[in-house]
Amino acid sequence: MLTLTCPNCGVAADETELAPGGEAHLKRFGPGASDDDFEAYMFARANPKGIHFERWRHAYGCGKWFLAARCTATLEVFATYPAQSAAPPEAVLAAIRARRPGWEGRS
Amino acid sequence: MRYSGLRVIAEALTGHKGWKPVWRDPAPQPDYDIVIVGGGGHGLATAYYLAKEFGQKRIAVLEKGWLGSGNVGRNTTIIRSNYLLDGNEPFYEFSLRLWEGLEQDFNYNAMVSQRGIINLIHTDAQRDAFTRRGNAMILNGADAELLDQAQVRAMYPFLNFDNARFPIKGALMQRRGGTVRHDAVAWGYARGADSRGVDLIQNCEVTGMRIAGGRILGLETTRGFIGARKVGVAVAGSSSRVMAHAGLRLPIESHALQAFVSEGLKPFIDGVMTFGAGHFYVSQSDKGGLVFGGDIDGYNSYAARGNLPVIEDVAEGGMALMPAIGRARLLRIWGGIMDMSMDGSPIIDRTPVEGLYFNGGWCYGGFKATPASGWCFAHLLARDEPHPTARAYRFDRFLRGLMIDEKGQGAQPNLH
Ligand SMILES: Cc1cc2nc3c(=O)[nH]c(=O)nc-3n(C[C@H](O)[C@H](O)[C@H](O)COP(=O)(O)OP(=O)(O)OC[C@H]3O[C@@H](n4cnc5c(N)ncnc54)[C@H](O)[C@@H]3O)c2cc1C
Ligand SMILES: [Zn+2]
Repeated sequence: MLTLTCPNCGVAADETELAPGGEAHLKRFGPGASDDDFEAYMFARANPKGIHFERWRHAYGCGKWFLAARCTATLEVFATYPAQSAAPPEAVLAAIRARRPGWEGRS
Repeated sequence: MRYSGLRVIAEALTGHKGWKPVWRDPAPQPDYDIVIVGGGGHGLATAYYLAKEFGQKRIAVLEKGWLGSGNVGRNTTIIRSNYLLDGNEPFYEFSLRLWEGLEQDFNYNAMVSQRGIINLIHTDAQRDAFTRRGNAMILNGADAELLDQAQVRAMYPFLNFDNARFPIKGALMQRRGGTVRHDAVAWGYARGADSRGVDLIQNCEVTGMRIAGGRILGLETTRGFIGARKVGVAVAGSSSRVMAHAGLRLPIESHALQAFVSEGLKPFIDGVMTFGAGHFYVSQSDKGGLVFGGDIDGYNSYAARGNLPVIEDVAEGGMALMPAIGRARLLRIWGGIMDMSMDGSPIIDRTPVEGLYFNGGWCYGGFKATPASGWCFAHLLARDEPHPTARAYRFDRFLRGLMIDEKGQGAQPNLH
């Protein structure tokens, strides 16, 4: 059972309370963008085996979105952080490096 | 060696000393005309048809583990061609026809069993949708029948027909659908490819691609550099990882899907059945175990094991459909990593790198596609043009807004 702590309400929620929302920190390309940029934003994903930054919604709790850093190979959760972050905060990166010393950063 | 009934009898009389290994175990050559990455069903079928139908030579298949260690040996073995959309149905019907002649074609018993598949109907709206789908199937040369409740009851009297929330009102049936022994599909294609000179190289992981001037030159592997004029990648759940070696980002996410097998029971489910009110599909193996499954876990995963909530959800689906299974014990559970594409449909196409071709995005319905996927990928690799039934499976459909969205739900990586 995957358990993530919601940074909005502080509840340690089981995955049954949560709705996954896919890759985080995508830069939005909307009206006026080129077709290529829009396609990449809409459909292309990094999909790494390893550390993944992703969106979650506390669907059956406070209802709010948040972000998580998680390993897709071991399902280990390193940290959760506010949805309003444009990039993973330093504390999140430090939590990852503490567990994965050789980690080379976001692909 | 050709397999036959006579051969089995002859071997039985001589102590079974004449059987030979089914394929060679060659060391990689320095270079090949065509290298296929991935020794699953699709990669092996591609190599087989390249050699047999398209007259290609100097072919290798590189597999990081052992042949058939991926999803081809992990699936719930259902085959069918009951799709709605023009981009899909001709392809899957082509595949079903290849299944029908496969065992004779590759001289191997793959236990192709056309035991029929029914998709249960629970509401009037669902009956309308399935009627439309059945008509689309018939227009594409496939078979489809609409069953009423009495007909379903005659087949499976123990189903929960009068469930207050999900009464069973009928079914869409495809009699030519069924199941196939999945491992034997990998072995049969492997044997057929090997006997036509294809090098099947196991324990050989592709770790990089050598690309110069926009053209592929070969592959870095755990067994050294292997040169190639053309490379076809068919690695299912590892698609994003392997194609990242060419600097490509795919419209694909990798997700875990689980499969379940119960203890052996006396025969009581003759065909394949899908519950239309939840997500649950079931058949009974020749050994008596109920083989069933449901949804993916829902978040990116490369862990070939699933989590508990889906197990509960699948068990609830099974119980809602046929309460009789409540006392059967679950024997085995496992997971596989699915290449979930953004519209639920696959890709068989060239890439921006010359000589590099891609086959993937099968979601969790790629087993039934194995023969046609191999044939169409071989067609593309050998002739540099798409097979007529696979024309829609292009990368640029996302750019051009021509998604093949079978369920009409919009583009998201959790479809089917
Ligand atoms: C639980 C489950 C149930 C399913 N049920 C059904 C079903 O009922 N009907 C249906 O139609 N489909 C079903 N599927 C889907 C189907 O199994 C897959 O879509 C299909 O098998 C994928 O194609 P493949 O056989 O080539 O994949 P695989 O067998 O996974 O082959 C890919 C191969 O590539 C190899 N590889 C990966 N990376 C590298 C590398 N870097 N170098 C070299 N080799 C590499 C892997 O080791 C693997 O052997 C199911 C899947 C699962 C997991
Ligand atoms: Zn919350």
